[in-house]
Amino acid sequence: MQTSFLQDRARALAPSPALAARRSLLPVVVMAALVLLLQFAIGPRIGPYYAKMLMDIGINIMLAVSLNIVNGYTGQFSIGHAGFMAVGGYTAGFITYYGSLLIWGSTQPHGGFLGAGELLFAVSCLVGGLTAAGFGYIVGLPSLRLRGDYLALVTLGFGEIVRVFIQQTDDVLFTAEDVRATAPLALLTKVGGALGFTGLPFYTNLFWVWTFVAITILVAYRLKFSSHGRAFLSVREDEIAAEAMGIPTTAVKVRAFMIAAAFAGIAGALFAHEVGTTLNPKELGFQKSFEVVIMVVLGGMGSISGVVLAAVLITVLPELLRSVAEYRMVVYALALIVMMLARPQGLLGLHEAWELPWVRRLLRSLVRQEPKDG
Amino acid sequence: MTRLLQTLMDGVAVGSLYALIALGYTMVYGILKFINFAHGDIFMLGAWLSFTLAVSLGWAGGDAPWIAGPLVLISSMLLCGLIGFIIERLAYRPLRDAPRINVLITAIGVSLFIENLGQLEPFPFLKKLGVALPFGTRPQRMPTLLPDATLFTVLGVQVKLVDVLVIGISLALMAALQYLIFGTKLGRAMRAVSHDPRTASLMGINVDRVVSFTFVVGSMLAAAAGFLSAEKYPSLNQPAHSTWILLGLKAFVAAVIGGIGNVRGAMAGGLLIGMVELFGAAYLSPQLRDVYVFSLLIVVLLVRPEGLLGKATVEKV
Repeated sequence: MQTSFLQDRARALAPSPALAARRSLLPVVVMAALVLLLQFAIGPRIGPYYAKMLMDIGINIMLAVSLNIVNGYTGQFSIGHAGFMAVGGYTAGFITYYGSLLIWGSTQPHGGFLGAGELLFAVSCLVGGLTAAGFGYIVGLPSLRLRGDYLALVTLGFGEIVRVFIQQTDDVLFTAEDVRATAPLALLTKVGGALGFTGLPFYTNLFWVWTFVAITILVAYRLKFSSHGRAFLSVREDEIAAEAMGIPTTAVKVRAFMIAAAFAGIAGALFAHEVGTTLNPKELGFQKSFEVVIMVVLGGMGSISGVVLAAVLITVLPELLRSVAEYRMVVYALALIVMMLARPQGLLGLHEAWELPWVRRLLRSLVRQEPKDG
Repeated sequence: MTRLLQTLMDGVAVGSLYALIALGYTMVYGILKFINFAHGDIFMLGAWLSFTLAVSLGWAGGDAPWIAGPLVLISSMLLCGLIGFIIERLAYRPLRDAPRINVLITAIGVSLFIENLGQLEPFPFLKKLGVALPFGTRPQRMPTLLPDATLFTVLGVQVKLVDVLVIGISLALMAALQYLIFGTKLGRAMRAVSHDPRTASLMGINVDRVVSFTFVVGSMLAAAAGFLSAEKYPSLNQPAHSTWILLGLKAFVAAVIGGIGNVRGAMAGGLLIGMVELFGAAYLSPQLRDVYVFSLLIVVLLVRPEGLLGKATVEKV
């Protein structure tokens, strides 16, 4: 009796199929429209400098929003995000570089928008993300035993080990004949070493970056307001209480690491194929990891909109400071300290932008358009 | 055999430098429970200030009097102690009650600030006085202030004065610290604050003063390590170079391996890290020396998370 009553209640409370479909499809449609607008209307008009900046912003948003799942939602402390980025970037770079070399005989971008080359690139991004997720599983496992700063150190150590191993790899091969002559396993070590993996085709454009940004934000949002996300948050709030409520805390933490690592891997893949960046181990050291942690803390741990805002700010700030040239990094560091002292909870704290009182008032007045006394 | 002994000696020398830096990390962690990422930069600052002092006092040529070494060492220690005091006062104290991650980010901010401030070209008004501050982006060479003498040779290993001094000064400083912490009233106050700051303050201990003092002592030890390391390896990279930061990080790893918050653990951890790194570099592969250190860290954390000499804490509800 009881169960059937509950089932009836649940059925009665569920939105109608039409409303449910609209709710789940609307964000996808809006984001697709925005991404196409960016690629075809905005991108060509603003010139390469601003287009690159928009791509950098997008990649940083992906990194920050994904790290937020580990550091913000789950309350773990990872400072090895650049390691996942490196894993994803090198995996994807390996696939597109040697793939293009074997299929088309050159490493130049092949085909136009959504052409064969771009499809190879998209596949490589996904493989990069999956490989990074595999590493995320390995790094997440110690969270069974370790908490807080100790876990942070393991992630830091992981990032450094990845970096040092990449530094030891050999030079890139240049011709398809050389590639065919090399054993597949030996080929894995031909990714450029300390100088970086150069000569990758430039496939990254506004379309791909912002498509993946949209997916990242959508996943992060859906996760946060789902029961899985609640489990993540409960681990952050009180691990022992969460465990008492039947939440498998270790599984939750490992899951958070894997999801975050997957998106960091895709971000690394996008970074690898961007114009004007070189995929080298130096760029992906712990400084990069720190930068992402800064974005998360500055935005407010757990707040998606806050972290997006912080990612934009942290990407744009050094560019804005170009006018003070050599002092810019000093000013940047000072700004960071001052922001931490003035607003320790981050820009938005634990809240989302649309939860702030003044934004709610604004939204309400926009939606209703009715007189105040009514 | 020669190689073994040589590696052993280098390992002890480098290890004692790591230990000196690790002490600063471990003391701050023991009291404030946060990773002071700017500590590695104090070490860098110690080396660069020693360089600046030596050059400003006209000892760049190498014909330094015997007083040069101790003088530069002590003044760089005092300067870094002062800087450590200022950093704690301005950047960390306002955040005493904030979540630890904020203090951590602030520490990263301080670290970026020091590195990038150091990267600026020397200010003209200081240059007129003959002081090369900040340091610019070019690598420099530390003048030799300690006589480059070989004391004696054992089984083909030249025991150099520099190595003996590095080990000797480190050991002396560690012994002094040991006395300070376990033999004086101030040390007892430090241990009390590290155990429980609230109760300590109820017992009439001025917690703020103890914290300041901890930072000053830690920074002085790091500065000493900076000077000694610059004498042993005279080529100084530019301030923001990753070797400096990596050295600081490895010293932190030493502190964790020894048991963070434990002063003797930091010394043991430093020596262990130095040995592992140099023996690995000599007998396995010199390029992977950082991998040995971080792998050791991960293994130790997984097997004995509290560190070799640390005490396991039980988490209470």
